[in-house]
This record gives sequence, structure tokens and C-alpha cells, in this order.
Amino acid sequence: MFENMQLIYVAIPLSCLVASIIAGVFGKKIGRAGAHTITISAVALSFVLSLVVYFDVLAGNKFNGSLYTWAISGGVPFEIGFLIDELSATMMAVVTFVSLMVHIYTVGYMHDDPGYQRFFSYIALFTFAMLMLVMSNNFLQLFFGWEAVGLVSYLLIGFWFQRESAIAANLKAFLVNRVGDLGFLLGIAAIAFLFGSLDYSAVFSAAPQAAAVTVPFLGVETTWITLICLLLFVGAMGKSAQVPLHVWLPDSMEGPTPISALIHAATMVTAGIFMIARMSPLYELSETALSVVMVIGAITAFFMALIGLVQNDIKRVVAYSTLSQLGYMTVAMGASAYAAGMFHLVTHAFFKALLFLAAGSVIIAMHHEQDMRAMGGLRKPLPITYLTAVIGTLALVGFPGFSGFFSKDAIIEAVHLSKLPGSGFAYIALTAGVFVTSFYSFRLLFLTFHGRPRMDQEVRRHVKESPWVVTVPLVLLAIPSVVIGAWYVEPMLFGGFFGESLKVLPEHDTLAQLAHEVPDATGVELLLGIMLHGMLAPPFWLFLVGAIAAWVMYIDKPELPGKLAVKFSAIYRTLMNKYGFDEFYERVIARGIRSIGHVFWQIGDAKVIDGWMVNGTARVVGWFSGIIRHIQTGYVYHYAFAMIIGLFLLMTLFLKF
Amino acid sequence: MNGTLNVTPAIPELFVFTMACLILVVDLYIRKEQRVISYGLTLLTLGVGALLSLSSFSAEPVFTFNNMFVDDALSDVVKIAICLITLVVFVYSRDYIEARGLYKGEYFVLGLFAVVGMMVMASANHFLVLYLGLELLSLSLYSMVAFQRDSALATEAAMKYFVLGALASGMMLYGMSILYGLTGSLDIPTVRQAVGGMSADDVVLIFGLVFVLVGLAFKLGVVPFHMWVPDVYHGAPTSTTLFIGTTPKIAGFAIVIRLLIGGLEDLHGTWRDMVIILAVLSIGTGNLIAIAQTNLKRMLAYSAISHMGFMLLGILAGTPTGYSAAFFYILVYAFMSLGAFGMILLLSREGFEADELDDLKGLNQRNSWYAALMLLLMISMAGIPPAVGFFAKLSVIQAIIDVNLVWLAVIAVLFAVVGAFYYLRVIKLMYFDPPDEGVQAIEAATDLKVVMGVNAWAVLLVLPWIGPIQQLCLTAVASVMNGFVS
Repeated sequence: MFENMQLIYVAIPLSCLVASIIAGVFGKKIGRAGAHTITISAVALSFVLSLVVYFDVLAGNKFNGSLYTWAISGGVPFEIGFLIDELSATMMAVVTFVSLMVHIYTVGYMHDDPGYQRFFSYIALFTFAMLMLVMSNNFLQLFFGWEAVGLVSYLLIGFWFQRESAIAANLKAFLVNRVGDLGFLLGIAAIAFLFGSLDYSAVFSAAPQAAAVTVPFLGVETTWITLICLLLFVGAMGKSAQVPLHVWLPDSMEGPTPISALIHAATMVTAGIFMIARMSPLYELSETALSVVMVIGAITAFFMALIGLVQNDIKRVVAYSTLSQLGYMTVAMGASAYAAGMFHLVTHAFFKALLFLAAGSVIIAMHHEQDMRAMGGLRKPLPITYLTAVIGTLALVGFPGFSGFFSKDAIIEAVHLSKLPGSGFAYIALTAGVFVTSFYSFRLLFLTFHGRPRMDQEVRRHVKESPWVVTVPLVLLAIPSVVIGAWYVEPMLFGGFFGESLKVLPEHDTLAQLAHEVPDATGVELLLGIMLHGMLAPPFWLFLVGAIAAWVMYIDKPELPGKLAVKFSAIYRTLMNKYGFDEFYERVIARGIRSIGHVFWQIGDAKVIDGWMVNGTARVVGWFSGIIRHIQTGYVYHYAFAMIIGLFLLMTLFLKF
Repeated sequence: MNGTLNVTPAIPELFVFTMACLILVVDLYIRKEQRVISYGLTLLTLGVGALLSLSSFSAEPVFTFNNMFVDDALSDVVKIAICLITLVVFVYSRDYIEARGLYKGEYFVLGLFAVVGMMVMASANHFLVLYLGLELLSLSLYSMVAFQRDSALATEAAMKYFVLGALASGMMLYGMSILYGLTGSLDIPTVRQAVGGMSADDVVLIFGLVFVLVGLAFKLGVVPFHMWVPDVYHGAPTSTTLFIGTTPKIAGFAIVIRLLIGGLEDLHGTWRDMVIILAVLSIGTGNLIAIAQTNLKRMLAYSAISHMGFMLLGILAGTPTGYSAAFFYILVYAFMSLGAFGMILLLSREGFEADELDDLKGLNQRNSWYAALMLLLMISMAGIPPAVGFFAKLSVIQAIIDVNLVWLAVIAVLFAVVGAFYYLRVIKLMYFDPPDEGVQAIEAATDLKVVMGVNAWAVLLVLPWIGPIQQLCLTAVASVMNGFVS
């Protein structure tokens, strides 16, 4: 059994890699059908095997070991290895399932695209990279996966490379992620320096002893662990789009919609969350880091949700919603409610992928129109899309019983119980965020599917439901969006589902405290108890208010939003400008760096290095070489003379009388 | 040593020598069109010579001819390398010498005599045997340079080579005679013992050492005893240049090891400083003057000078790893040099020598495969990773850093960077300059093309086996260091 399991572990990512290579290299030969058949089969295989691994892990069969040693440098081995436990098995199942759905969906969505094979090659490659990331048992492989998913994300955002906006967006994503990755790499370097190892288990077991070691950093005396956690969190801020490194995610919507669902909602952007959960033995040792994580997450959760209120592009609304939900997960990490954060990650993966794919389905029906102001009344022609979108929305806003309700409520409650600095602010931000979330979600729903149709007659006549390859994934994603929360709330939050893979110190254990507040029951009784409890708490009422407000503004009195925008024009403009992050980065940071670069280029490089050092040396060498070549006169007696001189030289130097 | 004569250790030499005489006779009786028989016999001789050397391979030295001759790991590796490389030299040369009327039995026989000379050098355990081999090699080479009798350039080169070679031989012989006077023996192990009992500051001893060293320096072509190198490389028929530029370097390394390490290692402290001077001058001058060259053969001649300087770095380190690094370096160099000169032969045609740098212009457009091969060779010669030339440079530099000669390593690396210029210029000419008007297509025989391809790609493909090869080099030099204790 053990031997076989290792083979399965290897096969899960490798089947995706092989399929990606085949679809990428031989795409022309195998054709469109060949490309999607091979990648879908490979990902389906990965998914099935991931399920096997998942149940195997639940049965208590875990694995931590290296499969291949790449190099040993300075006593630190660089290895490829797998750590298969509850955390990674859950991620593997989620990643492969969503990926499979997206693969199938893509067959319909990208139907007429000339880059069909290339697209399948990329998403299969992404699945491989993401699996390597979550399965890793060491920091090097984590970094490899981290960079690889970033690379594929870059390639896919710029998939339509003829569009200037797509190129700008993928460059932006790449550059912003570089900032995060620099922090991440420094964090890994600090780990290698402090622990002399890159292996998770070695680092985690040595961490408690190293917790007290301090280091001066930027003039402040801090512990190594805090420094490491903060540096790693910088990486997570880039990858999981937390303020202020969030600016790339909305622009990434330039990529095809399946990508937005898979990479920029369900999986890659949650890599940062996963990483923090994985590093929980480190983060637990630094309350400073936890506080920072919580505050950053809370800022993202609330303020990004606000921007979602004023967006008109259907995908951008969902994108800001993703930012906000990532903020919720980050706050959960900061509150040491890792299990709740992971729980939300899983539920979010399903309902957000669902929402994106539903938005994609609308976009197909609208012939690639994305502005909600030109939609409306699509409920009738797109019944399946409408229904699944409603399910996704209810899950997102946390309607009792739907998956998002359980996970989001758990986070809010956990933050409420947290005693770390900043938890008060985080609690208010998250609770208020529920209202905003509800408002923009129902706004999207009302603007798109209800009300008077606002599109041209021409478009209107052609609007029809998407093909089955599109609707089947919607339905398949809608099912877990409803039930997964109820199904897993008990084991994941209170049942110690994640076992040893997450570590929480007793004094931080907000979920354990939370367990005291829920009814002491199991099964349906517990679910009902939690729902009842939830309905009495402020988030539920905020959600209701948000939904009603959206109804009033977009169905009942459609002229109201325009008036409000005029009346509160300062706020409206601030939101439309996304608080000016983009302008600040462009005008101050980008321009500043460019002008510094210009100075280095003109003076440092062109003048000093190229002018004096490189060309100067070359001139001197060339001149000298031209002179000494004349020693070679061609006369044999000159040659003999040189030999004699050489002989005498050696003798005078070395003969000591 | 009793009265019986054990010739077993010398079988490779005896075989090649006998075959050379046989080919000389056979060649008299065949018609011009049948000359391929002599050619084939020559290749066969070299191949079998290599096999015989391989079969006698043993880590333990075997002495014969009254201890004048030794068969140890060093001699075997050197002999195998010499036979195989000479074999390739003749494969490369055939079309070229055929087109220039040099395709004669004598050419092959001279080549084989030179090979015998080099093999004797590799196995010499006695000053006179060593000198004998050296002179056999030199005389054969003088004739091979002059073989193109109607070429004024070749004749002039041969005259220069001969006159200066005679001078150098004289100096070396004089040095040996002084050592003989001091120690009363020409037998290398005996000399070693006697020198071990003397003061390292002994004036007469150092006097002798200087003369021996000058002789060696001339044969290797290091500054300031290098003046013959560019003129001979340039003037000789390219096939001969190819020969001079490859195997004699390996044989030269063998006698350096025999004399300096085998015989005079106790004077290491003294000759080390002399060799440092020679090495620095060679690396510097070779690389600097190479930049100013417009002729590819002359450029490669100066490159050879600088490469010999690099090889000396390993020798002067004075450690087993240093010697083995030098050995590795010289083997790699001979191999790269074989490819580079081979490429000139391949690009040459009847009545046209492709030996000017401008002849390489736009090679990529004319034949991208050959351009790629030349690119590999140039990268390797410049010492750019991952080509094997980089590892050769790395190991000698590592060796001198190990003995705390960091300043020397810095100089060597700086000049290697300067040297990279002229190798890269070749690449630039091939890939970025348009070809001249009216150049003809390149035609070459299939065997030549195949061997050339293998030769060039080997600079990359050999990488996985660098470890074992370096280990072999270490075994070879260790056999000398231990063997003479007998």
C-alpha cells in the first residue's frame, strides 16, 4: 500500500505536466479535440487520485518524505518531496476539482479561440504547479510552485496578447508579484539562515527554541520569527492580493474568464492563505505577525468590498468581491482560526468559481459584453445560469444554510473572540463588510438578471442559454456551494479535521472558545443550532439590510444610485479611483524608480561602466596589443635574441651567489 | 636488472615504429591512386597503437631497458591520447593534403615517426631517452612543416622552427649535462635522489635547472620562448599546424612532468617562481596579441601560448591535484585545438585557405551546422560554462587558489576575460556579419563531417564524465610521483 501511495502522489501532479507538454508542444498535431481530451483526462485522473489520497489521509495514512535530491549546497539539501496530510489533501482535492470544472467549461468558453491548445496547455501546467506548491514538504519546492503559478498566471492574463490592456495587466501582475516574491524569498533565506534547513518538519520542530532569538531589523529589535513571518506574509500579500499589493488582481480580469475563476478566484490567489496555514507553527510564535496579518486582512476585506459597489464591469465586481473574501481568510489566519480560514478557502473556491463561471456564461450570451448597465432581464433566457448565480450569491453573502454562511460566520465569531491588538478593528470591518458584500452581490444579480433589458434589440434576439459544457460545470459547482458548508462545518471547525497539520497555541485558540458558544450537539441539531445562533447575530441582519437596499436602489427606484453618486460625489470618485493606489504607484513609485534607473543608466552604466571601464579597457588593451604585436618582427635572430634575454632574465633572478 | 631484455612495456612504440617502416616500404610499391592503402594503414597503426597502450595500462610502473624506459599510468594515458588524436588529425587532413599535393606516404610516415618520438618522451625514465624522443619528434615536425616545398611561407617557417628548435635543444642538452655533472647520472630517479641531498640554493644546480626549463618552455611555446609559434602555425600547411597544435603539447606536458616533477620536484620552491613568470607572461602576451590578429591560424597560435600558460598554473601549484588539473587541461586543450584547426581544414578548398578571420564571415548563413560547431569550440576555448573548457580552467585556478596564490588566479581570470574577446569575435563574425561576395558552398567528406561533429559536441557531451576523467588524470600523475621512489 505504502509503495503504491507514493506512486499515486507522483502521478497526481505529473499527469497534468505531461498533458500540458503534449498539448503545448504537439498542439498542432493533435488538434483541438486532442488537446482538450488529453488535458481533461489528465486532470480528471488527478482529481480521482486526489480523492483516493484524501480518503487515505482521513484513514490516517499520511506521508512526509523526499523523493529526489536536486543538490546539496553548504549542507542544505535541495529536495523535491511531498508532505501529504489533511491540509494538503484538502487543497489537492479542491484544486483538482475546480480545475477539472474549468477545463470542461473552457471547451465551451474558448470554442472559437485560435489559441485553444495553448490555453489548455497553460491551465494544465497551472494545475501541475499549484499541486507541487500544496504538496511540497520544503520551502524550496514551495517557492518553485509559487513562482510557477505566478508565471502561468502571467501567461494567462496576457493570453490575448494582441490586446494592449491585457499586456499592461499581465505586466502589472508580474511586477507587483515581484515585490511580494522578494519578501517571500527573503523570508525563505532567513529560514535557511536561522534553521540551516528548508525542510518543513525540521524548521517547525526547531522553531519554538528559536522563538526568542532577536535580530535588529531597520533599527527595531525584533525576533527572528516575527521577521520571518512578516517577510513570508509580504509574499502572501502579493500572491493573495492583500492591500497594498492588491492592485494587480482587478486588472487580471483581462484574462479569459475560466482563468479568472480558476486562478484569480479559486486556487492561486489562495496560495498565500494556504502558505500561512501551512506555516501556522511559525506564525503562532509571533503575535506581532498575527496582528499585522489580521489588520491587513481586515483593511482588504472592507475597503475592497466598497470598491465593488461602484464597478459596472460584471467581472470586476466579482474580482473585488474576491479581494474582499481573501481579506476575510487572511483575518482568520491572523485570529489563529486557521481551520476557519481554510474552511472559507474551500467554500469560497466553489462559490466564487461558480460566480465567475456564471458571469462567463452571461458574457458568452451577451457576445462578450461585460458592462452590467447594458444587461438586465437575463433571468428568462438564461435560466440555469440565473439559478446557479443565485446559489453562488447566497453562498457568498452568507445566507443561513449555504456554505459561505458557516465559514464566514465562523471567521467573524473567531475574530470577535481574539484578544490580539487590532482584533476590535477587524471585527468591525468584517461585520460591516457583510453589509457591503450583500449589497454589491445583489446589485450584480439585479442589474444582470432582473429589471428591464437594456441591451440592443440585435443582441437581445440572440441571447440564449450556453451549451452543456458550460452549464454542467455550473451545476456541479453549485452543489458543493450549497452543501459543503453544512457537511464540513462540524469536522473542520470543531472536530479537529486538520489534525496535526495546523498548530494553534492554547492562548490563541479562538475556535476552541467558539466551540463553547455553539450548542453542545452533533449532526442536524448542531447545524440548526449554528443557524439559529447566526440569525440572531448582527451579520445576518446586515446581510438582509444590504439585500433590501440593493433591491430598493436597482429594482424599485433605479434613478436613486445616480442621485446618490452626485450627492456624495467625493466618496464616489474615491471609490471609482480605487483610493488612488494605481495613480500613486504609477506616478510616484514607478516614475521614481524609472528616474533613478535613468540616472544609473546614463551616468553609472553608459558613462562610467561602458564609457570608462568597458570601452576604456578595450581601447587600452587594443592599443597595447597593437604595439606589442610588433615584437613579432619575423626575423629569426630577433626570436633567438628574445630567447637569450629570457634565459638571462631567469638566471639573474634566480641565481644567488 | 638481469641480462634478459623485457620489451613488453615498449610494445606500442615498437609496433608503431615497425608499421611506420612498413608503410614507407609499401608506399614505394603502390600507385598514386592506391595511396589510400598507406592512409588506411596509418589509421590502423594509430588505432592499434592506442589499443596496445590501453592493454598495457596499469597503475604500477613497469621498468625496462635498464630502467631507461617506464610504462606507467601517465605514459599509457598520454600514448592513448596521442594515438587517437593523431588518428583524427589524419582524418581531418586527408582532403586538404590531397588538394595540395601533399598526399604522400612520407607525410604519414613522418607523422608516425613523430608519434613514436612522443610515445618515447612519455615513457622516458632517462634524460637521454627523453631527449631522443624529443629530437625524433622535432625532426619529423620540421620536415612536416617544410613538406609543402613550393610554398615560401612554409619553407621560411620550417627554417625558423629548425634554427630556434636547435638552439632550444642545445640549451636543454646543456642543462642536462650540468645536472649530469652534478649528480653523476642521467637516470631520472637517481638524479632525483642526488638532488634531494643537495641544497636548493646550489648555484650550479639552478644553472642547470634554468637551461632545462628553457628547453621545456620552448617546446611548449611559452613566453618569451614562443616566437616560433605564430610563424610556424601560420606558415605550415594547416594539416601540419593541426598536428603541431595538438599532440606535441601533450607530449610536452609528459616531459615537463618527467623532468620537473619526476626528477626535480625537490627544487619545486625554485622552479615554481620561474614557472610563475613564464605562465604570467604567456597568459598575458598570448591573450593580448591574439586580439590584434587577423589570421585565424595566428590567432589560434597566440591562443595556444596563453593556454600553455594556463596549463603551467597547474604545474606550479606543486600539488597532486594541480598536476592532474594541468593534465586535464592539456588533454582538453588538445581536443579543442583539434576541433578548431580541423574546422579550418574543413572550410578550406583547393587553392583556398580558410585561415583568415574574414573567411568566417556569415558562416551561419552559409552553413549553420558548421557555425554551431565552431561556436561550441570557441565557447569551450574561451572557458565559458558549461563547456568542458570552463572546467579545465576552473580546476587549474582552483589548484593555485588552494596553494594561496590568489593574486595569480586573479591575473589569470582577468586575462581569460580579455581572451574571451577574440573567441567571441569569431562567433560575432560567423553569426552577425554578412558573408563576402562570391564565397562557395562548403563541401566536405562524410567521415570528416561526422568526426568534426563528434569532436565539437564532445565539449558539452563529455560533461557527465568529467569526474572520472579527472580521476584518471590524478591516477596518471600519481603514478609518476610514486613510481620514482622505487
